[in-house]
Amino acid sequence: MAVTKAQKEQAEKFYETMSTIRHFEESIKHDSLAGEIPGFVHLYIGEEAIATGICGALRQDDMIESTHRGHGHCIAKGADVNRMMAEIFGKKTGLCQGRGGSMHIADFNIGMLGANGVVGGGYNLATGAALANKMVLKNDKVSVVFFGDGASNRGTFHEAMNVAAAWKLPVIFVNEMNCWASTTPYRTTTAVENISDRAKGYGVPGVIVNGQDVFAVYEAAKTAVERARKGEGPTFIEAKTYRIEGHYVGDPELYRSKEETQKIFHDTDPLKMFREKAAKLKLMSDKECDAIDEKCAEKIKAAKKFAMESEYPDSADFMKYVYVD
Amino acid sequence: MRTLTFSQATCEAMAETMAKDDKIFVMGEDLARQGGIFGQFKGLPDQFPGRILDTPISETFIIGGGVGAALAGARPVVDMHFADFIGVPMDEIFNQMAKARYMFGGQAKVPLVLRAPDGMTFQGAAQHSQCVEAWFPHIPGIKVVAPSNPYDAKMVLIAAIESDDPVLYFENKILYKEKGQLPEVADQVPYTLGKARVEREGSDVTIVSYSIGMKNARAAADLLAKDGIKAEVVDLITLSPWDKETVLNSVKKTHRLCVVHEAVKQSGFGAEIAATVAEDALEYLDAPILRFGAPFCPIPFAPTLEKMVRVYPEDLVKGIKGMF
Repeated sequence: MAVTKAQKEQAEKFYETMSTIRHFEESIKHDSLAGEIPGFVHLYIGEEAIATGICGALRQDDMIESTHRGHGHCIAKGADVNRMMAEIFGKKTGLCQGRGGSMHIADFNIGMLGANGVVGGGYNLATGAALANKMVLKNDKVSVVFFGDGASNRGTFHEAMNVAAAWKLPVIFVNEMNCWASTTPYRTTTAVENISDRAKGYGVPGVIVNGQDVFAVYEAAKTAVERARKGEGPTFIEAKTYRIEGHYVGDPELYRSKEETQKIFHDTDPLKMFREKAAKLKLMSDKECDAIDEKCAEKIKAAKKFAMESEYPDSADFMKYVYVD
Repeated sequence: MRTLTFSQATCEAMAETMAKDDKIFVMGEDLARQGGIFGQFKGLPDQFPGRILDTPISETFIIGGGVGAALAGARPVVDMHFADFIGVPMDEIFNQMAKARYMFGGQAKVPLVLRAPDGMTFQGAAQHSQCVEAWFPHIPGIKVVAPSNPYDAKMVLIAAIESDDPVLYFENKILYKEKGQLPEVADQVPYTLGKARVEREGSDVTIVSYSIGMKNARAAADLLAKDGIKAEVVDLITLSPWDKETVLNSVKKTHRLCVVHEAVKQSGFGAEIAATVAEDALEYLDAPILRFGAPFCPIPFAPTLEKMVRVYPEDLVKGIKGMF
């Protein structure tokens, strides 16, 4: 079957998003280790296909709730990398004018309602946004909440899942099953094999996808989004992935074998998997992917330059935005 | 003028604001079918079908969902059932509701009102009788109000609902049935969040309170008047941001300060008032500051024991007389 123009464009967009995230995170990692970035940063390397596939199925006015590992979600939803980078460096030109940093990055203009420093803090926010859109503002916007396997053991998960199902709210629960809750492997804290096994208990369809395969994630998201927009309620998507980086940049990772992690990355790197699949389906060649990588590297270099050249926020303004009035 | 109870006055506030803005909705437990466990939402579910939602018993959702709804553009009023349960969604209050605007650099606004019935009544004992308002003025990003009479109950609630900032509205359970005079709607005066009121002028001592504590303040002022002591009574109404200027001006005039609330005295809001007066007006004081609140004890069940944790007007009178 011949590849259509739309299919090719979509593949190019997927790869560009994933490559942007990868280059962004590599740059952040370098600068954080060099001591140039204040505060903690948590990287999304190895999980790029999830944010890309999910956000690829969303409209710009749909809403997402992100996590402390939120750069990928923010980029995939369409945020400007210059303003993201500036925020992570604490600059005035940052998306949050230097008030938020990496863990609280947000871009309300594109429905990115914020990363969240509290693990499991996003469920209720996304469910509430879905409630507002469906029952109060009467539009067809969909919300997504991203969360890890660690966060799935918070009580907020139960409260939000239950009410989302009971009221058929247009919210999609996207579990990034990366096997690690900070330093603790999920098997030591969780009895079920799949987090999505729990979905049945709420009357919600639970779907498992290979989180390293952007096409598979996208297909699952598309179905879930259609279901949500039609008023049929939430879907639980469990995307199987692996946390390649430490919990935060600088994590000595004394709790696991680096060799094993590197082997997993070697075998399941979503960008590599994309190249293989795209070549097989004749969507894109390696050369085309290389060109995108080059473009993304330049884009991130420029973002870093923008951040470095930006001013810090005016110190006298530190009280600005505590209240509206 | 009309006579309304505190509870009816809050219903009027809800109805007036909801009729004007269809982005306002209400959610909480036992509201749609029962009209609220204290009747404070009575009639509203019929008047605004589909806009008063009965939630599951899921406090983190009630508050966190309210915050999410506000971020998406709605104007939620969420009910806490009993103020005592506010510990359950504490993260949703102090890490989400209070922080969203600041940490996202002004991109977000959270026009949410959290209604929290508080105080001792019906022998509710340790987990259904508390006054927890003092926990919240410690948190930047939220506003805290606690009106003391029906007219204020209405106007403060309207101001809270119309505010683009999150507001915690503490409403005392005993006060629900208190009656008061309200002007016709056309004549009502809007309340500005953050303003205290000198309810009674006096020259000898300033008594500061809010919510049900005002009953003690008023009764004590009446008793003191019989002995020729003229007390000035200040109703704070808003605890955060609170009206320091009104309190300081009063103390500079009377040279004596007494604060009173039903909540536990230790680290109660009275401590903030006392500390501020000590910082900014110590030289005006003719006597040490007096503070009244509950002893450092959970609320007991037995009526004979519950009496022991209440503050009475006679306590204030005795203390204030000792200031001269």
